[in-house]
Amino acid sequence: MSMLARVQVPAQARRGDVFPIRIAIQHPMETGYRPDNFGRRIARNVINTLTCRYNGVEVFRAEMGSGVSANPQLQFYVRAESSGELVFDWVDDSGQRGSERAPIAVTG
Amino acid sequence: MLTLSVAAAEAPRPQPKSGIEYAGNDVRALQADDFGNPGMLWVVRGEKLWNAPAGRSEKSCASCHRDAPATMKGVATRYPRMDAGERGLLNLEGRINQCREQRQGTVALSYESEELLALTAYVAHQSRGIPVDVEVNEANRKQYERGRETYYRRQGQMNLACTHCHERNAGRKLLADTISEGHGNAYPVYRLEWQSAGSLHRRLRACYFGVRAEQPAAGAAELVELELYLASRARGLRVETPGVRR
Repeated sequence: MSMLARVQVPAQARRGDVFPIRIAIQHPMETGYRPDNFGRRIARNVINTLTCRYNGVEVFRAEMGSGVSANPQLQFYVRAESSGELVFDWVDDSGQRGSERAPIAVTG
Repeated sequence: MLTLSVAAAEAPRPQPKSGIEYAGNDVRALQADDFGNPGMLWVVRGEKLWNAPAGRSEKSCASCHRDAPATMKGVATRYPRMDAGERGLLNLEGRINQCREQRQGTVALSYESEELLALTAYVAHQSRGIPVDVEVNEANRKQYERGRETYYRRQGQMNLACTHCHERNAGRKLLADTISEGHGNAYPVYRLEWQSAGSLHRRLRACYFGVRAEQPAAGAAELVELELYLASRARGLRVETPGVRR
């Protein structure tokens, strides 16, 4: 199943305003410390890197480990500069990638 | 003695209290926040599945049932209910699988699979805010009675029935947790302990495990009948799906 995510970005912002961005991703964030029913260790599989680019410029990067809960949710802030697009990319330890994008209209 | 205790327990109950009222502020805030509530991920996936064709019929749920926010509104409040065909008492999961097998021409989804959880959450979510209104009538009286019997039956090495915790001791502590009245009005819920969404049957099986009793399989008749009894005692509580619980 592909990775499901939701992003929350305001549709509009005034130039210079700092606005919040939230992203939630459905992911087990397997720690690597848990045994399965046969006592074998389940391999670690967490979203290790997530980036957000605003009109091509990286404005946020998160490097996560096994201490982050399943279905992680991140919130961060970005300053509105020009209309365009926010692109979110992430990858987990198994190599599976996910991506989301959201438009933003900047006024003023 | 047994008859006495059952009769006493059936005295008019005060207004039922949802499990969320026994939860802490952080859990309440998480459930109330439609973006932060992790259960919404399952609802969103359910919406995609609702519109995806499946099986020989190449029909999606939406092909027949159209726009879920309109057509599924209030539906979850009336489940479990009897199947018009031969399947007996069905909960929402059972109804979805009945539709898949008999109308869409595809296989039933296994209980607790991501897909079945997502579809169930999506359908139940359309009833959010509407009070549980399950009907007990001649058609399902036998199933209801059996469910009630299960509720009051002592079982497992702990020799406890549902009533001992969820009726007589609701609001008191069991280790670090506050015991709730055991209503199913928020299911499927996102349970923090599970780090995932889960069905009411998964939760019921956890209780069976807790009293060291033999667990029926998820979807088993005993659990659907118990679900009917639980729904009858939750009448009037608003559906919260997707709920968040510890």
